[in-house]
Amino acid sequence: MTNAETMESTTTNTPQHDVVIECDIRELYYGNFKAVRDTYVPIHKGAITAFIGPSGCGKSTVLRCLNRMNDLVRGFRFEGRVNFLGRDIYDPAIDPVAIRRHIGMVFQQPNPFSMSIFNNVAFGLKLNRFKGNKEERVEMALRGAALWDEVKDKLHKSGLSLSGGQQQRLCIARAIATEPEVLLMDEPCSALDPIATRKVEELMLELKEKYTIAIVTHNLQQAQRVADKTGFLYVDTTEGSRTGYLVEFGDSDRLFEAPQEKYTQDYIRGEFS
Amino acid sequence: MSISQPPTSGQRTANKAFRLSTFAFAWLSVALVVYIVCMITWEAIPAFREHGLGFITGTTWDANTGEYGILPEIWGTLYSSLLALLIGTVFGVSVAIFLTEGFLSGGVFALLKAVHLQYHPLWGRLPEQLEHLLKNLVELLAAIPSVVYGLWGIFVVIPMIRPVANYLHEALGWFPAFGTPLSGPGLLPASLVLAIMILPTIAAISRDALNAVPNKLREAAYGMAATRWEAILYVILPTSATGLFGAVVLAFGRALGETMALAMLVGNANVISVSLFSPANTLAALLANNFPEAGQKEVGVLMYAALVLLAITLIVNIIGAAILQRASKNLEEVR
Repeated sequence: MTNAETMESTTTNTPQHDVVIECDIRELYYGNFKAVRDTYVPIHKGAITAFIGPSGCGKSTVLRCLNRMNDLVRGFRFEGRVNFLGRDIYDPAIDPVAIRRHIGMVFQQPNPFSMSIFNNVAFGLKLNRFKGNKEERVEMALRGAALWDEVKDKLHKSGLSLSGGQQQRLCIARAIATEPEVLLMDEPCSALDPIATRKVEELMLELKEKYTIAIVTHNLQQAQRVADKTGFLYVDTTEGSRTGYLVEFGDSDRLFEAPQEKYTQDYIRGEFS
Repeated sequence: MSISQPPTSGQRTANKAFRLSTFAFAWLSVALVVYIVCMITWEAIPAFREHGLGFITGTTWDANTGEYGILPEIWGTLYSSLLALLIGTVFGVSVAIFLTEGFLSGGVFALLKAVHLQYHPLWGRLPEQLEHLLKNLVELLAAIPSVVYGLWGIFVVIPMIRPVANYLHEALGWFPAFGTPLSGPGLLPASLVLAIMILPTIAAISRDALNAVPNKLREAAYGMAATRWEAILYVILPTSATGLFGAVVLAFGRALGETMALAMLVGNANVISVSLFSPANTLAALLANNFPEAGQKEVGVLMYAALVLLAITLIVNIIGAAILQRASKNLEEVR
């Protein structure tokens, strides 16, 4: 699955050529709880797409739909479709594990494995039974994650010996070692201090050259700094439940300068959080 | 006048008395352990003077000639315990994985979903309830009295495995582990029953070790596109390895000291054999079988044997506890 032409499109609405993931959530449940409704987001190739919104608006849930991480939650139910390179990843014939090989993920808390730095980065290579030069790949990934110079002399030390910011970059290196098409980042800087945050943000801008990135953030400035496109989600409490939905989506410049919807305007002006 | 009052002198006295009594009882139990070890050592001294370290390497136990040695018992104790540990670990860790990694509850949930009962107020709780039930059932194995295990071993396990054992002996008798026929009691039936007896210890402590693996590591593994099997094998088991090892060592300590069932099943024969089907003896069974007829002199010898057993189990238990402590420290880092 490296380019759109080799994929036979089974969909009627053929995606635009630069849209890698076309996410169309009609209804999404955890058990009997309707968590998200009516959210349509296209993820553009080579761009950073940010999801912003108040806590509990389902932005992480939407992100986790994109590589079927939600399948791990018991009682998860999804109505809609997520087209990856023109094919619905929720098609019963598709193995969620295969999807995650192409759509990598970085989490809110840095979560390196309790093994050496080298083995952390080589983990995906091992899963994919990579036969080539592992050392070269690991170095490439660590360089890609701007961590190589800091760890090149201690590759066999535990990944847990690194600082929080380094651990998060290690997780990014681990995710990009297998060169996925898309990188999902779920509030990757929320556990980091401002300096480490700035480093990860710079890294995202570099990674954009090679990877398509979707990021969830509660930090509006971060979205403004790094994202090309931004989607704003809000919580609908009118039905007595808390259901998130997409209010507005567009180019970040436009969305932050001239939001169209009232909720977006209020949120960006900081009238509620 | 304020509602808040300083404690009365009566309250203060009661408080102090309570603290002192807990302090006393806590130290009393520690003192008791020390006292028991000291008394056994004291009683063993005459025998130690007479037999020296040759007691540990001697292979005869004859009250008539006054020749005593416990090497066959040490051999039998270690052989049966290690064999039981091997079997018990495979089953115990499997039970723990089955219960912690959502195999059971996930499966039941899928079944309920097929009949649309997964959110039913009563049936919907079935996945968790079944998991809980199985956990309790496994732990209930620890509540069965040792002598009941022994009886079950004699009248059920031995007749059940005898045909298989004897077939193996006839077909593969050249292999040392199948070197003798199984006539009745022996190492294999003893180890099988012992394995069941230590299963709850291994399962319960392994379960705690697996539960202590932070969920973010599971997410990381699945996020890297690991299958469930790969996540368990490459991430969850290695992360909890120290805890699992501690579980095994503590179970080993239990197996070494187990007495009644082994005295009934092991055959009480003073031989050293690598054959699984050969009768043997263990230190605990030796003590249980010999104390009724022991004269003044033999009591000292038994105390010496008891001291050896005590030393082995104490060391194993201390190592096990130390490993578990290290495990929780390691996991602290991962969090």
